[in-house]
Amino acid sequence: MIEAFEILFTASFWVAAIRIASPLIFATMGELICERAGVLNLGIEGIMTAGAFAGWLTVYGGGDLWMGVVVAALAGAAFGLLHGTLTVPLGLSQHVVGIGITLLATSLSYFIYRIVLPQVTSPPKIEPFQPLAIPWLSDLPIVGPALFNQTPLTYLAFATVAVVAWVLYRTPLGLALRAAGENPAAVEAQGISVTAIRMGAVMAGSALMAVGGAFLTMSAFNSFFFEMINGRGWICIALVVFGSWRPGKALLGAILFAAFDAYQVRLQQLTGGAVPYQLFLMMPFVLSILALVVMSRRASYPKALMVPYQKGER
Amino acid sequence: MIVLPMTVKADPVLRLSGITKRFGALVANDAISLTLARGEVVALLGENGAGKTTLMNILFGHYVADEGSVEVFGKPLPPGDPRAALDAGVGMVHQHFTVAENMTVLENIALGTEPLFSPRFRKQIARDRIRKLSADFGLAVDPDRLVSALTVGERQRVEILKALYRDARILILDEPTAVLTPIETDALFSTLRKLIVDGLSIVFISHKLREVMEISDRVVVLRGGKVAGERRTAETGRSELAALMVGQELTAPAVSAPVRGRRLLSMRGVSAGDGGTPLAGIDLDLYGGEITGLAGVSGNGQAALAALIAGTLAPDGGEFRIADTEVGAWSPAAALASGIARIPEDRHAIGAIADMSVTENVISERYRTPRFSRHGFLDWKAARAFADELIRDYDVKCPSPDMRIRLLSGGNMQKLILGRALAAEPRIILANQPTRGLDVGAVGYVHRRLLDARARGAAILLISEDLDEVLALSDNVCVMYKGRLSAPSARGERSVQQLAELMAGHGIEAEHAA
Amino acid sequence: MRLEPKPTPSLAETLLFPLGAIAATVVIASLLVLAAGANPFAVFGLVVKGAAGSQFALMETLTRATPLIFTGLAVAVAFRAKLWNIGAEAQLYAGAIVTVVLGTGALPLPAPVLIPLILIAAMIAGGLLLLGPAVLKTRFGVDEVVTTLLLNFIVILFVSMLLEGVLKDPTGLGWPQSRRVVADAQLPRLIQGRRLHLGFVLALVAAVMVWVVMKRTTLGYEMRAVGHNAQAARFAGIPVNRVLMKTALLSGGLAALAGVSEVAGLKGNLTRDLSPGFGYTGIVVAMLAMLNPLGVVLAAIFVAGIFVGADAMSRTAGVPSYIAQVMVATALLTMVVAIMLTRFRVRWR
Repeated sequence: MIEAFEILFTASFWVAAIRIASPLIFATMGELICERAGVLNLGIEGIMTAGAFAGWLTVYGGGDLWMGVVVAALAGAAFGLLHGTLTVPLGLSQHVVGIGITLLATSLSYFIYRIVLPQVTSPPKIEPFQPLAIPWLSDLPIVGPALFNQTPLTYLAFATVAVVAWVLYRTPLGLALRAAGENPAAVEAQGISVTAIRMGAVMAGSALMAVGGAFLTMSAFNSFFFEMINGRGWICIALVVFGSWRPGKALLGAILFAAFDAYQVRLQQLTGGAVPYQLFLMMPFVLSILALVVMSRRASYPKALMVPYQKGER
Repeated sequence: MIVLPMTVKADPVLRLSGITKRFGALVANDAISLTLARGEVVALLGENGAGKTTLMNILFGHYVADEGSVEVFGKPLPPGDPRAALDAGVGMVHQHFTVAENMTVLENIALGTEPLFSPRFRKQIARDRIRKLSADFGLAVDPDRLVSALTVGERQRVEILKALYRDARILILDEPTAVLTPIETDALFSTLRKLIVDGLSIVFISHKLREVMEISDRVVVLRGGKVAGERRTAETGRSELAALMVGQELTAPAVSAPVRGRRLLSMRGVSAGDGGTPLAGIDLDLYGGEITGLAGVSGNGQAALAALIAGTLAPDGGEFRIADTEVGAWSPAAALASGIARIPEDRHAIGAIADMSVTENVISERYRTPRFSRHGFLDWKAARAFADELIRDYDVKCPSPDMRIRLLSGGNMQKLILGRALAAEPRIILANQPTRGLDVGAVGYVHRRLLDARARGAAILLISEDLDEVLALSDNVCVMYKGRLSAPSARGERSVQQLAELMAGHGIEAEHAA
Repeated sequence: MRLEPKPTPSLAETLLFPLGAIAATVVIASLLVLAAGANPFAVFGLVVKGAAGSQFALMETLTRATPLIFTGLAVAVAFRAKLWNIGAEAQLYAGAIVTVVLGTGALPLPAPVLIPLILIAAMIAGGLLLLGPAVLKTRFGVDEVVTTLLLNFIVILFVSMLLEGVLKDPTGLGWPQSRRVVADAQLPRLIQGRRLHLGFVLALVAAVMVWVVMKRTTLGYEMRAVGHNAQAARFAGIPVNRVLMKTALLSGGLAALAGVSEVAGLKGNLTRDLSPGFGYTGIVVAMLAMLNPLGVVLAAIFVAGIFVGADAMSRTAGVPSYIAQVMVATALLTMVVAIMLTRFRVRWR
């Protein structure tokens, strides 16, 4: 019983937690940008898959790791462009288009994977990002290794949160983006194109989601395999709600969630085979549903979320 | 005749030439030409659907005209580009405010005023500038408050400040007084006069003759998308303008003396609702054979009262009786069962299901009755017959009851909704803004039908923003203010001025305190 | 750019635009086939042959279509009421679990009693599973897309847990699979030597019944009204929340029948990979059918044909069978655009 509690005080636990949180942070920030602008992006699961695949493929094909990140981001932006074109100027159902993009991005990734590697049963590995220790800070107890001895992509994830928060709340672009999600008529009346803002937001958000997927292949698992995203995209949608559409709170939610995930893995090891492992694996999803229920009561969601905007609508 | 020296005449600041705009088969604007001189107030007058808002949307760049051109300060204005209009000095105060409620006044005003990719947003400079403009033009508002916390009058000030912040030299106001009390309207007009002194030119869109006469120098009357006439305000009068607006002699409906029947609905100290403006202790009596009119500016609890009577809101406290029986579990179905017919405020969002057919819409309140369904199966033949009946009896222009209802014009849709409501010979009728957005022919039709229902003994509650309509039709008038209802007065008992005072809140507190 | 509503589309338009969507899908897929280094005409020829080129192929296509008809109906019913049921996968497995619990010998009943019992029990299980997210939507305003999606993962893990535990087949050599269903619980084959089973007939019957409900009953009318405009429906006195609950029960129940059909008609037992995504493919089927129950049958057969044909083609031509999923996803997106084009005209000014 005490061991269950002691896990929380080991450095390795928190290192794992932050590592598990990193893809969630990227993807949650990506979804947050889309939703703040008024577009629900249900393509997240597929875009993360595409990002994971694109990043892995680039490195497998000889490119360096950062090139892989860039290619992943571009792949994400491409799917974001498709999603945005269908949902913003054409105003099609964001629910249906999102699911369609998830199916398309996932199946395209698997298709191209099979073309590149037709006969392989165990996926080939690539050389992933190595942890980069920040001198002196990484020697702090627990916090040190957890926050300052991670791979560069993790540092990038945290930096992304800061940038997103800055842009959203302190720049004219962020103001326009937030307004597009609250009352697009207000944006149009001030001479800014709602279509341009929303499409830009969806593309940028999708790029971030793809980088989140790439983290899994290039910083966590070192290879690409089917079903690797495993519902993380949907969990990030819950995290955006949990964070009340604010970057800082969403970051906390992602870390909390990842800590829970890291915890259940260690708990499994503790209990041996007494409790079916599937119950542990279920917990993240159950937790997400609970988070949604709890937070939905205080819904302070962007008012124009999922409402397509038609110029000069009578 | 006074001959003005040539130096005083200046080029017009705004010139619209031959503007034509079509939406499918509808010609919203037909070769309209209009000029505006510096320091002038031109009123664009016309009834609903005459094309005023479309014209101004073209000027502001929300729409692109099919033909015609716009010149601002002598330079042609690129079409379809609100940014270009803003840069040229055109500002618009929209009828439905274009403000984001969850953001502050400052954020709303400064939106789009700085280069999009600049890394910082200079808040303090913006704040100071807003404070200065507020002070100069009597538009007091706190830049750091959330818009959702502002009153309607304050939100309008934000709309105006948005335009002034961007150095608008031409200001378009689209039905600005629709949501203001008479006292707030006076404040608005004094602001407008200050702006004129400062050198602005104003286009004032309205369908209210009284205000047009008060504030404008010139009036351009639109009817059916065309310019019906242009007059200097000083040289014309309300009846001439009304005739131009409508194209025919306006006849007020003949209203016979009321025959008071039973008390069909009564409320004592009823409270309801929590969002918006809740009801705080309402006393109301509706008698058969009478029309009770509710005057008051939108946002004072009318929505809650309408929702209460319609059944979508349940009372929190007080006594609510229909025909002297206390109301039990309350819902729209219960309201219908009690004999209440509802004509909702928003026919598009609530009164009809736009993408369903006319037939499907007319049975929406009665599909469970034996006439239209048995054992869970619908009788579409009976439904279609009912739709045909309504189309015939209520003069609805509709080629087939199987077409989607969204394709009907506003007036025809409203007539259908009216027919659906009256078909059950209801004893209580809730008519909420029944003539909003209708052309004068449809307005007259709706009024006649309501008066017919009154003659048959129904009790009618008429909620309307149009004070003239309320005064013309009502046997009793109440005023609504901040969730409270004034005591009723009989037709003619209170003057318009007294009603205006009640609408602004003076007196209702006193009545309730007594 | 602006969208202008068109009057009711002509019959030609209602057919033309969807066909255009399918044509666009084929073109895009051809580009991918070219990228894979194969000849599109040859490849599509093999796909068509594999789907319908022989009686065997046709039977396989119809067999594959059976669960898709059920999940397609489930999604169509739900989407009509704007209840976004993305959880058909979980509801399918719920039906499969019930089938295995009741049909592997626990109830010694004859087929005419046992099979209907299993069907009803499965429908209840699937319906209750969707009822949860529906209640969360109406009571708490939680978006059912995410809750049904998350439930998919939870239920699949639950199935895995059961298969390694309570439901494990003791004679199964340690593989995580359930016992086989007894003869009385089996849905009989329709043709000697082919895999097509009674489930297909049940699916057709279900499609007709759903069509009747949607077109002619008060429930169908209520569902459609709520789906078009829930606020106006509530105002008119339609009990919106109750309608959504009934929709959830019906939709979940239909998806569960897919699970019964696969276990009792085709596979004979429950394994972790019972469904290769039938629940998600059902969404595409429903959209291709424009939410019309009878159209769902055609769309399901069409989509099944793509999958069966692609499998056969892949064995011969070497193009990865994932092309089928790409085509199906592309068809979904092009179809949504096509449906919009039948209702609106695109104006550039």
